[in-house]
Amino acid sequence: MTAFVIRRLLQAIVVMLVVAFVAFSLFQYVGDPVQLMMGQFATPADRIRLTHELGLDQPFYVQFFHFVVNALHGQFGVSLRIGKPVSVLLAQRLPATLELSICAALLALAVGIPAGVYAGLRPNSWLARTAMSGSLVGVSLPTFLIGILLILVFAVKLGWLPAFGRGDVVHLGGWSTGLLTRTGLESLIMPTITLGLFQLTLIMRLVRSEMLEVLRADYIKFARARGLSDRAVNFGHALRNTLVPVITITGLQLGSIIAFSIITEQVFQWPGMGLLFVQAVSYADIPVMAAYLCLIALVFVVINLIVDLLYFVVDPRLRVDRPGAAGR
Amino acid sequence: MRKGVSLCISALLAAMLVAAPGYAKTFRWASQGDILTFDPYAQNESFNNTFNAYVYESLVQYDKKFNVVPQLAVKWEQLGPTQWRFHLRPNVKFQEGEPFTADDVVFSVHRQLSKRSMTKAYLVGVVDAKKVDDLTVDLITDGPVPVLLRQLTDVRIMSKSWCEKHNVVDVQDYVAKEETYAVSHADGTGPYILKSREPDVKTVLEANPHWWGKLEGNVTEIVYTPIKSAATRTAALLSGEIDFVLDPPLQDLPKLKSDPNIKVIEGTESRTVFIGMDQKRDELLYSNVKGKNPFKDLRVRQAMYEAIDIEAIKRTLMRGLSIPTGELVTPQVYGYDVAANTRPPFSVAKAKVLLKQAGYPNGFEVTLDCPNDRYINDALICQALTSMWAKIGLKVKLDAMPKAQYFAKINKLDTSLYMLGWAVATFDAQDALINLVHTRDGKGDGEYNDGSYSNPKMDDLIDRMKVESDVPKRLALIHQALMLHTQDVAHIMLHQQIIPWAMRKNIVVTHSADNRLRMQWVHVN
Repeated sequence: MTAFVIRRLLQAIVVMLVVAFVAFSLFQYVGDPVQLMMGQFATPADRIRLTHELGLDQPFYVQFFHFVVNALHGQFGVSLRIGKPVSVLLAQRLPATLELSICAALLALAVGIPAGVYAGLRPNSWLARTAMSGSLVGVSLPTFLIGILLILVFAVKLGWLPAFGRGDVVHLGGWSTGLLTRTGLESLIMPTITLGLFQLTLIMRLVRSEMLEVLRADYIKFARARGLSDRAVNFGHALRNTLVPVITITGLQLGSIIAFSIITEQVFQWPGMGLLFVQAVSYADIPVMAAYLCLIALVFVVINLIVDLLYFVVDPRLRVDRPGAAGR
Repeated sequence: MRKGVSLCISALLAAMLVAAPGYAKTFRWASQGDILTFDPYAQNESFNNTFNAYVYESLVQYDKKFNVVPQLAVKWEQLGPTQWRFHLRPNVKFQEGEPFTADDVVFSVHRQLSKRSMTKAYLVGVVDAKKVDDLTVDLITDGPVPVLLRQLTDVRIMSKSWCEKHNVVDVQDYVAKEETYAVSHADGTGPYILKSREPDVKTVLEANPHWWGKLEGNVTEIVYTPIKSAATRTAALLSGEIDFVLDPPLQDLPKLKSDPNIKVIEGTESRTVFIGMDQKRDELLYSNVKGKNPFKDLRVRQAMYEAIDIEAIKRTLMRGLSIPTGELVTPQVYGYDVAANTRPPFSVAKAKVLLKQAGYPNGFEVTLDCPNDRYINDALICQALTSMWAKIGLKVKLDAMPKAQYFAKINKLDTSLYMLGWAVATFDAQDALINLVHTRDGKGDGEYNDGSYSNPKMDDLIDRMKVESDVPKRLALIHQALMLHTQDVAHIMLHQQIIPWAMRKNIVVTHSADNRLRMQWVHVN
């Protein structure tokens, strides 16, 4: 078990190195930050000096090497756009992105699983049919469109919710949270729905089809024949057996929620890492882009690891074999 | 009795209205990007310079008509061709209490000329600053600098003792690992004090109660929020969460104009947008014409000019928000010459004839490079141009890209045909002529002459105007140069942009041709 975790973490380092390498091979095409920093009237000599100081005149593998060496010393440089250390910027933005992503994932699970179970148990009821056809909207509409529609209805027409930003935040140590203030919670509603809607419909459809599958299985018939209550059969036996694929998908999706919150963050000016990345791209802010991409790679690896560990919890068959094997 | 009560109430209301200017007036506004840094010399970006000017002041400033008027200097005189004397405003204090003296000016000039400063361009020609006494400073130049005063409007004055105290005597080094104090703290002499700064979230400024001047406007608190998404910016203005948007998207203007709570004001920008052509290489990099360069032929340049239906671009793509032009600079700029503002009339037939005379009866192929996030509808305009040029037989391939890549490409002269826009920062035509049409010498002249246009007569005119102190003589030189630019078709001119600003009905602002929102003129009613 421990060996498994360590092996996975070592893999994470390899993944991050590969991501950084690919990123640096692409950075030579993102443009010239010097041009943006010095404006149009800089003298050629000054421009060449800064380009040289920033190492932008080096081949990309040299830049990559410098990045790795500095990263090993815990140095990620300063943002060329706003002049602050990249590590500080990412640490400041991480809470916003994580709060939003986790709320979106919770929303997807809290609504998606019950709705999926219901649609699986009563596939022909009108409520299930409505939910199923409604879910098509969630799958097919692009995220930014959902965001803009929500803003138009709830911010512009009704004036109930703020159109942008994170509201007031409370600082708890190094963590800034919007969950403790009224404006913070209000600001969270629309981005959460926007970001979570796709996952919600995905989970709902997945649970439904898994439920339909499992409910036909022999052990369910047997459980009913034993005279167990509906509740015990549906949730204790049926739902539990649908959970392995659901956990896999949810886990992978949580990674992509964090990574692809970029669009939602941009639409709502949500001050998370995704917005930081978008701004960095438009300014060719290479230190921020490099660090962000590595961080996202790490997030994906860690989430995959957690998903793998969860299998042990949910699936007893894995638990039975593993201890013996690891004990030897 | 009842009448008496209502009289009382209306008197009270009237009193409140009169007293209103004394109340806190918060002005919440937004645009696409954020402020980059509060160190005024650490970045040279137009929006950042605008914002820094709320906190930091310069020796001189522009009035509403872009005349140079006193700010931290009360008067000045030229002691010789290379020496200017400035008499400083007495009894001015920085926001943290330090008195403003000649030492601060000398320090600021030296800091701005230092190695890592990104804003040296505003001190071109200046070699030193010397203290004469506490309230007198001399600026020494390496030759006559006729546009010096205009350049100085963007030379912000910092406090020497504050910079020393916070270890920011040097401008931030982007290779270093640390941010410096001046990135998110500021201590100027200006009308507003920086209260809080959260990058990409919001920045708050408060009126400086000890400011030496008197605000023409009434804003006591500024809350700036960058909103990257254009649709969200519009929505936030409509919902009343912000009062002002600097860059409303063109497609949302009809919706904004029809809302009773919103008004849109439009003003011309001192920017012209034009097309440049490689006029130096013997063979174009991106064309099927081999062994010669069609753009060296005036007839080809004229043909392409005549093939452009600029009114159609104005009507459809710009929704009326452009002024077609034939001159390199706009009427707001010193030196503008009505006589040079002529375009050849739009005529496909005549253009075809010209092209035939030049030896290209069947046209040729060429690639047009174009930014897609820099000027209003830039890529769309380029697309329209390719189809207009197709009508005279040119096969133009469009290569549109974001500005971060675009300028890096064309500044390497890696282009045959490109779009560029130029706003004259000094409001003096010389700046456009030096940068765009002087022969490129690698030392600063012709730095944006990306098509390498070169005409000895033009160089001579520009070199003379750079050092001519006689005002009428210099104006004549500028007029001649602008006329030559038009006659030579050094660039194919398109238009001057009209910039809309959108705001709530209760906001009064003064539109500026440099697209800078000047806070001292903003009223919140």
